[in-house]
Amino acid sequence: MKAKIYISYKEGILDPQGKTVNHALDAIGIKKINSVRMGKYIEMDFNGITKDQASEITDESCRKLLANPNTETYTFEIVEK
Amino acid sequence: MHFAVIVFPGSNCDHDAFHVFRHILDAPVDFVWHRDTDLKKYDGILIPGGFSYGDYLRTGAIARFSPVMESVIKEAKAGKPVFGICNGFQILIESGLLSGALIVNKDVRFLSQNVTLEVESTDSIYTQSLKKGDKLTMPIAHKQGNFIADEDTLKMLQDEDRIAFRYSKSKKGNPNGSIDRIAGVLNKERNVLGMMPHPERASESILGSEDGMQIFKSMMGVP
Repeated sequence: MKAKIYISYKEGILDPQGKTVNHALDAIGIKKINSVRMGKYIEMDFNGITKDQASEITDESCRKLLANPNTETYTFEIVEK
Repeated sequence: MHFAVIVFPGSNCDHDAFHVFRHILDAPVDFVWHRDTDLKKYDGILIPGGFSYGDYLRTGAIARFSPVMESVIKEAKAGKPVFGICNGFQILIESGLLSGALIVNKDVRFLSQNVTLEVESTDSIYTQSLKKGDKLTMPIAHKQGNFIADEDTLKMLQDEDRIAFRYSKSKKGNPNGSIDRIAGVLNKERNVLGMMPHPERASESILGSEDGMQIFKSMMGVP
């Protein structure tokens, strides 16, 4: 079983990297993009536990370490490999 | 005052800070490895700059869970001075001892240059010997030093006089884009200070500025 975790800046938090990437896309002629927000993608692998347990472990990991609650939000999905 | 300089894997300003205490102030100081947890004998704790754990995940995020940090938090809550510089500031933010957050600089570049700081609050041991508005020159060297805070947090920091230092008002005075030009903040009890600029790298005239010594001297009660 696998957790796929997506972490991104909260709305309202400036994302200078995303903004710079958006400028670069614009410069190479890719238009009509309102904004680019950059984040992190993390995968965690589990063996021999239930989906609920995997979900619980993933949520605790996000709350305590993987995301900074001041600046970031997270979502995740648990998938069978 | 006997200071501990905490050393994480990837700290790189630990020796600069140690040098200030031992050789300039002639004060007792020890390095404390991040796996040690006994800080009882120290009167103050300095968390130095560097790239603890390679800045993996977020700056300071992994170091915050080093064994020593539980003791740092305990001593901070007991009222001992805890001073975080640069990566040390980032670690103190991650540990929840200081409010706000530090994100990537507005131009997404590592900045290594001198800045001029203005002393804002003199209500702390770090700034008690300084005057509001005093200007201090010292270097910054970071990529994630852009201080941000939500509206309520910012208002709290302003209302409680917890902004210790601001970057100067001049056109390029706030190169990382910090909100309200904030360069250093205090906790509510005023014994914990975090700042992005490096006073330990501006502590001898041979380094180009001695202004950083004013903060160390104030902290140590040295005239």
